[in-house]
Amino acid sequence: MQELLSPEGLRVDGRRPNELRKISCRASVLRSSDGSAYYEQGNTKVLVAVYGPHESRHRSQVQFDRAFINVEFNVAPFSTNERRKRSKNDKRLLEIASAIKQTFEPVVITTLFPRSQIDIYLHLFQHDGGTLETCINAATLALIDAGIPLHDYVCACTAGYIENTPILDLNHTEEASPETPDLTIAILPRTQKIALLQMESKLHVEKVEEIITAAMHGCKFIHKKLDDAVSQVTKELSEKLNQ
Amino acid sequence: MLRSRAFVKRTRKGNVVRVVKEHYLRDDIHCGFCDCQNPVCLARKKAIFEEGEENGAGQKALETNAPLSADPRDSTKWGKHYLIPDTNVFINQIDILEKPVLCDVIVLGTVLEELKGLSMAVYSRVRSIVSNHGAIRRWFVFSNEHHRETFVDREKDESPNDRNDRAIRVATKWYNTHLKERYGISALMLTDDANNRKLATESGIPTEGVKDYLETFVDHPELIEMMSSVTIQRDKDWEGYTDHITSGQIQAGLKSGFLVQGTLQVASYNYLEGSIFGQGPDGKEQKILIVGRKAMNRAIHGDRVVVKLLPKSEWKSVPSTAIEDEDEDTVPESASENKDKGKDAVVPEKSTADGPSKKKIRVSDEPKDDTDENDAPAIPLGEVVGIIQRHWRPYCCFVDPKQHISKSATGDSAMRSLYVLAMDRRIPKIRIMTRQANKLVGQRLLVALDAWPKESRYPQGHFVRLLGSAGDRATETEVLLLEHDVPYQEFSAKVLADLPAEGDKWLFDPERDGVLAGKRRDLRDINVCSIDPPGCTDIDDALHARKLPNGNFEVGVHIADVTHFVKPNTAMDAEAANRSTTVYLVDKRIDMLPPLLGTNLCSLHCNVDRLAFSCIWEVDSDANIVNVDFCRSVIHSKASFTYGEAQARIDDPSNTDDLTEGVRTLNRLAKKMRAKRMAAGALTLSSPEVRFKLENNSQDPVDVEMKALQETNALVEEFMLLANISVARKIFSHFPDTALLRRHPTPPPQNFDNLQRALASLSMKLDIESSLTLGNSLDKAVLPEDPYFNTLVRILTTRCMMQAVYFCSGTVNREDFNHYGLATEIYTHFTSPIRRYSDVMVHRLLAASIDKETVYGDELTNKTKMREQCDTLNHRHRMAQQAGRSSVELFTNLFFKGKTVIEDGYVTQILQNGFSVLIPQYGIEGIVYTTDKDAKNTSTPILKYNSDTNRLESATSPDSAVIYLFQKVKVLLEVDDQPVSANVSSMRRKLHLRLLTPNIEGLSVPQDELKAIKSKIGDSLKDTGDDTRHKEEEKLAEKITADPSIVDKI
Repeated sequence: MQELLSPEGLRVDGRRPNELRKISCRASVLRSSDGSAYYEQGNTKVLVAVYGPHESRHRSQVQFDRAFINVEFNVAPFSTNERRKRSKNDKRLLEIASAIKQTFEPVVITTLFPRSQIDIYLHLFQHDGGTLETCINAATLALIDAGIPLHDYVCACTAGYIENTPILDLNHTEEASPETPDLTIAILPRTQKIALLQMESKLHVEKVEEIITAAMHGCKFIHKKLDDAVSQVTKELSEKLNQ
Repeated sequence: MLRSRAFVKRTRKGNVVRVVKEHYLRDDIHCGFCDCQNPVCLARKKAIFEEGEENGAGQKALETNAPLSADPRDSTKWGKHYLIPDTNVFINQIDILEKPVLCDVIVLGTVLEELKGLSMAVYSRVRSIVSNHGAIRRWFVFSNEHHRETFVDREKDESPNDRNDRAIRVATKWYNTHLKERYGISALMLTDDANNRKLATESGIPTEGVKDYLETFVDHPELIEMMSSVTIQRDKDWEGYTDHITSGQIQAGLKSGFLVQGTLQVASYNYLEGSIFGQGPDGKEQKILIVGRKAMNRAIHGDRVVVKLLPKSEWKSVPSTAIEDEDEDTVPESASENKDKGKDAVVPEKSTADGPSKKKIRVSDEPKDDTDENDAPAIPLGEVVGIIQRHWRPYCCFVDPKQHISKSATGDSAMRSLYVLAMDRRIPKIRIMTRQANKLVGQRLLVALDAWPKESRYPQGHFVRLLGSAGDRATETEVLLLEHDVPYQEFSAKVLADLPAEGDKWLFDPERDGVLAGKRRDLRDINVCSIDPPGCTDIDDALHARKLPNGNFEVGVHIADVTHFVKPNTAMDAEAANRSTTVYLVDKRIDMLPPLLGTNLCSLHCNVDRLAFSCIWEVDSDANIVNVDFCRSVIHSKASFTYGEAQARIDDPSNTDDLTEGVRTLNRLAKKMRAKRMAAGALTLSSPEVRFKLENNSQDPVDVEMKALQETNALVEEFMLLANISVARKIFSHFPDTALLRRHPTPPPQNFDNLQRALASLSMKLDIESSLTLGNSLDKAVLPEDPYFNTLVRILTTRCMMQAVYFCSGTVNREDFNHYGLATEIYTHFTSPIRRYSDVMVHRLLAASIDKETVYGDELTNKTKMREQCDTLNHRHRMAQQAGRSSVELFTNLFFKGKTVIEDGYVTQILQNGFSVLIPQYGIEGIVYTTDKDAKNTSTPILKYNSDTNRLESATSPDSAVIYLFQKVKVLLEVDDQPVSANVSSMRRKLHLRLLTPNIEGLSVPQDELKAIKSKIGDSLKDTGDDTRHKEEEKLAEKITADPSIVDKI
């Protein structure tokens, strides 16, 4: 069994339990889309493009009172150590896409755009754990970039439990170990409401609160990062306007 | 700061992939020096203190996390200094580093990482030094790989090893700049790598070799002695072993099926014959023989090896000539050893060398090998070509008495090499370097293996410590504990800190212990009593029975609530998990739990309030279970009976108090349950168990007696079985994947072959169709003229059985859960949590099953961990049993020391060159050798093995003298009273048996010698033929049948 947390209190990659990986992100990276973002959390890297709101392509999806959110999630075949091409109907991908969709449906003010559609396209280029959290964070940034009205940011973070210590933001090694329970949480930082909570492993109920608290701290930190990225873009934009 | 770490690795499928991982470098790693005023170190120490303060142990946290003292070892050459050993120093000299003399040591992260790859055993030993003695011995782990200033990138064309060496140098340098100027403390890199030392000296880093450094410890000369040193000493007439192949070749060979891997098992009766279980040429798992030291190619018993199969044509010559040649021609100085071993090992190597019996000598219960090679499939033969993993441990050894030490030792200070023999005869002899050769003769010593270079015939090792003089009871006891891998050290302070703070003043408190909260039922008003063997201090279980208003009975089994005191993830729990079981030796007990718990707070003594885990049934008068309920409880036992006392109460009709009535009810119900269980096919097997009467002061054995069993034994046993079965069902229903259960596999029919053949000659047969039919046929296997016969058959049947094992329910098919010996479809251990860790785990599982509010972590739900724990449990359990047996053997030898006794015995096993005899009177078994010790020409054994009849027959006239299974013989029993160091066999402490009747020329004790012996021992010689003895045996035979312990101690 691999030692994931050394007695000195360092994790496999040298972080302490309560530290996130390095985050770097940027909005407005694509010209062709209405909004876009590139987001890195450690070695997990995602590119998001948002289109819309625009007229619905399929009549069947039209909702008379609100906009329809369409999420497509793709994983590049070169994203993991071993190259593997995934089919478009890979259940795992569809599941993540639908989780993202469900997270954003109540946050995007869809009622402003009845009978229309918003597309979110996500591409994972490199995978090192925490797919869902990076996707949600990146999508938030791209939606803001697209100017789509949201109630709040959505910030996501994972947390796990190793050697009786809650640890934040698992990388792939930590995530892949079968002993580590991991949980993904997405919150709306202003109201502290939880938009998504996902956990597929077993963990005693008493410890859940502990790691939720840890993950919420992580979310708040991420919120700041996203906010910075947004103001950066805004600043650049205003500079351009003033020129 | 972020660095990415990329490397290439091969996946399980064989694809080569590039792995990229993040590697963060930090600024906040402290140096570990307690007084360091560097702002980074101060900040970190403050953080550690605050974190510790949350649990009220800030100062303590500081002491363990920044242990390096301001006043380390001071030497003239280096001044005050800390030690930084490199990886190889840890690997080779871990025994020395474990000595408490070596303090103020810095363990680098680089070194730990390398250790993990090289030897997990050494890694965990280093980890345990740091975690157990880190604060006192001032050991500190410095995560240099994550420190911004000490991280080094691998340079172009630099090998990973060179890079790590450089990392160690950089870290040492960092310490020197960090501490030297301000505090006058330097860091000394300890390495035996000359190149590394040279590079270090060039860049001004203090460094020294291990030997030079240890020589400064003038008052600890033993440290040098313990140094492992690999000096190649070429043995003359020895062409050397072949090289091992590389790991790449191993992988390729295994993948292509050209090579086979397996764990080398050396036969205990022939140290030159090894075997592995692996995939044979036809793709099936089968045994592959590896014969001779050359073919074993430096592999030692237990090593994981890779074997190349020899061509089929060579299988024919299976297998004797191959070994013998090597022995005769290339092992001149060990020829004497072989002869000696031949005497007490089952195989007389020498005798077969050029003798007429070219056939392989082996234990007869492998009939395949003995049958003609033409019609039986030959066993594949192989040779070791590579070693995947060594499985070396420290071995208990003694100096090979064949060496002339006094003459050749020129003085105490001269180093000389010495051969030592391991107690475990499967281990080859080991060469060690020592200065105290004279002192070691006749002593037991612990020796660790270092290496086995191909030039050297025997492996090289180093002295670890002296255990004491051979033959001494305390020493021998320690030896057997070590040899059976029993952790017998005192409980550490860390473990004892987990005991309740009140100590033995601990009292039951309804508020604290959860009675008021409804978590624990108050059963103190019930008449509970315990029934145990005399002198029992760790009382696990207590019972009660009472009549219910509806005419049914309420029966309760109350088990000590150990898990109330032993919580998961504590040091005490880890220690208990590692010990796994209490080990019972003849004169002492190695506890699993600290005595405060085991014999006091958990033990269900009478007349005190004790916490228990209760299992309460409602049964009707026919002992059918109506209902079962489990709860935590508090009880107040009214009496602690011995088996005898309880029996007396049952038998005394005038006694009608509630307690006695309760015991009677229990007894009545137990009998009915037992009858039902028997009808379902539960087996009553037998084992010769003895008990020693020890002299009070010296603890020397003064008498031996067989363990007697009473009705009350069966009573307790019955309810324990019932509790175990009920609990097993309960926990399996709640934890289908991770319940800890116990199974006893059905034995394969071929196990019974030899026994069946022997019984056939008495026109009996065992029906092994099922446990029920086996039980019935065992009942019928009676000889009217010999009451012991039935017990004997049962003993031998027991030996055909499989081992019962613990397992995790998610890892085995449901249909394989069954317990053959007890004839139940599910079973576990619940009733002895004080002495078995399995029961502790079952208690936790049960607690979680009955109360959904119980808090538990992944120790109950993680299948992998559970399976690993099961492996430990099984290993420890087996070792504990063997240690117990060895202890009995040791005491038997002590008991018979200097005595000569003539006893009746039964032949229990036929071997190629001997037969084993069981002596019921003492429950001991020994081997009578059929080779003539005195005759010069040992090539012709007096008795020859006949594989068709499984008998030993006289070589000259087959009908005149035969030895066969179940034969009643008379033997002379003696223990050498020569000084123990005189020869190998007495160093290995063996009992000597010599045949008296039947009288076989050249084998039995000659009449005149017998007379001399008889006159010597005179009156003390008992005539074994008399009637009183027979009556005793009859009684024994009756009682002994009730003991199922050999299959499964409940």
